[in-house]
Amino acid sequence: MATATSVPTQAGPAGEPDGTPARRRRSWRRLPIVHQLGQSVGLQRGMLVAGLVLMGVFLLTALFAPLLAPYEYGQLRDADGLFGAQQPPSGDHLLGTTVGGYDVLSRVIWGSRTALYVIVVAVLLSIVAGVLLGLVSGYFGGWLDRVLVVIADAIYAFPALLLAIIVAIVISGGQSSLWGGILAAAISITVVFIPQYFRVVRAETVRIKSEAFVESARVIGASNRRIMLRHVLRNATRTLPLILTLNASEAILTLAGLGFLGFGIEATEAAEWGYDLQQSLSDVTSGIWWTSLFPGLAIVLVVLGLTLVGESLNDLADPRLRTRRRVADQEPAEEGEVAAVPGGALTRGPAGVGGLGVTVAGERPGTPASAGATGAEPAEGQVAGPDVTGRDGGGTRS
Amino acid sequence: MTTTTTERTGSTADPAGTPDPAPRRRRKGSGGLGSYLLVRFLLIFPTIFILVTTVFFLMRATGDPITAALGGRLPADQLAERIREAGYDRPLFTQYLEYLGNLVQGDFGTTLSDRRPVLEVLTTFGIATLELTVYALIVAFIVGIPLGMLAAYSRDRFPDAVLRVFAILCYATPVFFAGLLLKLVFASGLGWLPVAGRASTGTEIELQFLENPTGFYLIDAFQTGDWDVISDVLEHAVLPAIALGLLTAGIFLRLVRTNVIGTLGTGYVEAARSRGVAESRLLRKHAYRPALIPIITVMGLQIAILLVGAVLTETTFEWKGLGFQLAQYLQARDFVAVQGIVVLLAVIVAVTNFIVDIIAALIDPRVRY
Repeated sequence: MATATSVPTQAGPAGEPDGTPARRRRSWRRLPIVHQLGQSVGLQRGMLVAGLVLMGVFLLTALFAPLLAPYEYGQLRDADGLFGAQQPPSGDHLLGTTVGGYDVLSRVIWGSRTALYVIVVAVLLSIVAGVLLGLVSGYFGGWLDRVLVVIADAIYAFPALLLAIIVAIVISGGQSSLWGGILAAAISITVVFIPQYFRVVRAETVRIKSEAFVESARVIGASNRRIMLRHVLRNATRTLPLILTLNASEAILTLAGLGFLGFGIEATEAAEWGYDLQQSLSDVTSGIWWTSLFPGLAIVLVVLGLTLVGESLNDLADPRLRTRRRVADQEPAEEGEVAAVPGGALTRGPAGVGGLGVTVAGERPGTPASAGATGAEPAEGQVAGPDVTGRDGGGTRS
Repeated sequence: MTTTTTERTGSTADPAGTPDPAPRRRRKGSGGLGSYLLVRFLLIFPTIFILVTTVFFLMRATGDPITAALGGRLPADQLAERIREAGYDRPLFTQYLEYLGNLVQGDFGTTLSDRRPVLEVLTTFGIATLELTVYALIVAFIVGIPLGMLAAYSRDRFPDAVLRVFAILCYATPVFFAGLLLKLVFASGLGWLPVAGRASTGTEIELQFLENPTGFYLIDAFQTGDWDVISDVLEHAVLPAIALGLLTAGIFLRLVRTNVIGTLGTGYVEAARSRGVAESRLLRKHAYRPALIPIITVMGLQIAILLVGAVLTETTFEWKGLGFQLAQYLQARDFVAVQGIVVLLAVIVAVTNFIVDIIAALIDPRVRY
């Protein structure tokens, strides 16, 4: 995920077990993803690499769709005449044609582009809005903070797809051109995601603003804006790459869900996998498999790639779940710390919700969660309870 | 979800992170449960209020429901007439107050497309959704928990790898695609199970003659005492239940795995192991139970996910529940009905979260404030 790379790397490998080369790391090795790739071993590395490969294939497909696709997404005929509806896979149409007479392969390939647009727009919008709101709310506190927290919580508890449906109704009135449809999907997903970024960033901000370096910045007369942007923001964003991958997968599933319920983008405007699946509903009953199988697989593979990356990042950030290197296994110190998180097991575990829960808990001094998390791994302990993904996998569903 | 919700309660009460005197006092006086429950209960109302308000104003931001449903199909003057009759030409805020008033009295409005009270739609079809959700939860428990324990037990070895990929696949697959695949293989392909619907026509007719039908087909089928009817109802339920259940099963699997691994590393398990307790017994008796608590607390979030999943599953399998109905109304552009169903689902989610939080607080004293 390109966006992840731009996030400042605060997640220094403070307690890294591997001794020798750690000190001389070059800066690019500390970038998110690259850093985790170096940190991972065995199965975890395999999952991370598999996820990255899937994401890479997806990105390349989306970028080079015009070159890869044999036909246009809305093309019904070529020099030899109409394609014909529901043609089984053949030399002309490798994956067959749909009930509407489109080429399945072309629509699957073009669909990746639509999905990418939606992810990019949704993630950008929600990060900007969520981070800003969280920063301001956490930094200034007061009644604004209270109101924002209550609203964010209410929206957070709301099933994502339902909210997306309503926003889609508002934005496009239900029928959609390419950009109308993309914006409808992206904005509805944004609305659902803002609370997630808001909560995480706010909790971090509340924690960070009481730290000594913020205090000292204030003493030397730095403005609120400068403190927020230079001192707090950079430290509050280290969990974002994780949430970002997870939300990207949620975005795809929400887009597909909207399309499946009939809020998709019209076939003539763009290719969208959820819409194609909806169209294939009746085919399934009569045993026509190629119209539903391939768009569905496309969704699964993209979400799988994003989830694998997100989940690997999540596990690597959690000392209890990280697969330990052999050397580390023998270090009693690390074992001791891992065992010292019993509170964590409950406080974070259920949280599903996660990392979110953990961070919020962390803001109150002396709770077991904050003690456990910080004790175990100062830099990354807070990144995420096991559950960020738990929540996410779920929300995704929408 | 739950924990967050509770955490939320805390953070709302003291957003600055500086514990003000009030919560500290509460924490000392160990009778915290009562006041926690009260605060948590009161918090339902702003949540529901915000949701209802948001939904109302969003839905009206683009215009009135009548234009949305009939615009372009009626001449302008007739349209204006209909709008005036329904009162949609009054100031938005007046309508909003009236809407809130009606809601409090349990009046969700009347659908535009088939002129039924929304509440009646909700009660008729809600029970079918409930039935599907119950089946899905059963599938999720049966599949998720044992597999999660197995994965934790064989941590970082081959079965663990397979199970983790399986779990990720479970929630990377959109429910409707899972449903379509199941239909392709088991219904239209192998012909073992029915393609769609809640029961075959014969059964539906038979169920209608019951004296007091519940709408929960399995219960009704048992009332008839006819094994053909019971098996027919069950056969129809298998595929939708699996499609929706696997989604949650993946999450349960993951959660059980994570938490069992967590508890396996704790001191008391270590102590039991040093006393020579067998590994399998450690897993079953010592590590497994505490790992289940998170499952209960995550249920709140799962209900929200299941309800949304039900909307999509019902559409896939023509299971005539709230979700199926919602999709129908969406297509008919009947936004009064859509609004009613959405608000009802939101209320269900808010109330379930409350109940789950209470259960969590009863089980684990650390959740309270």
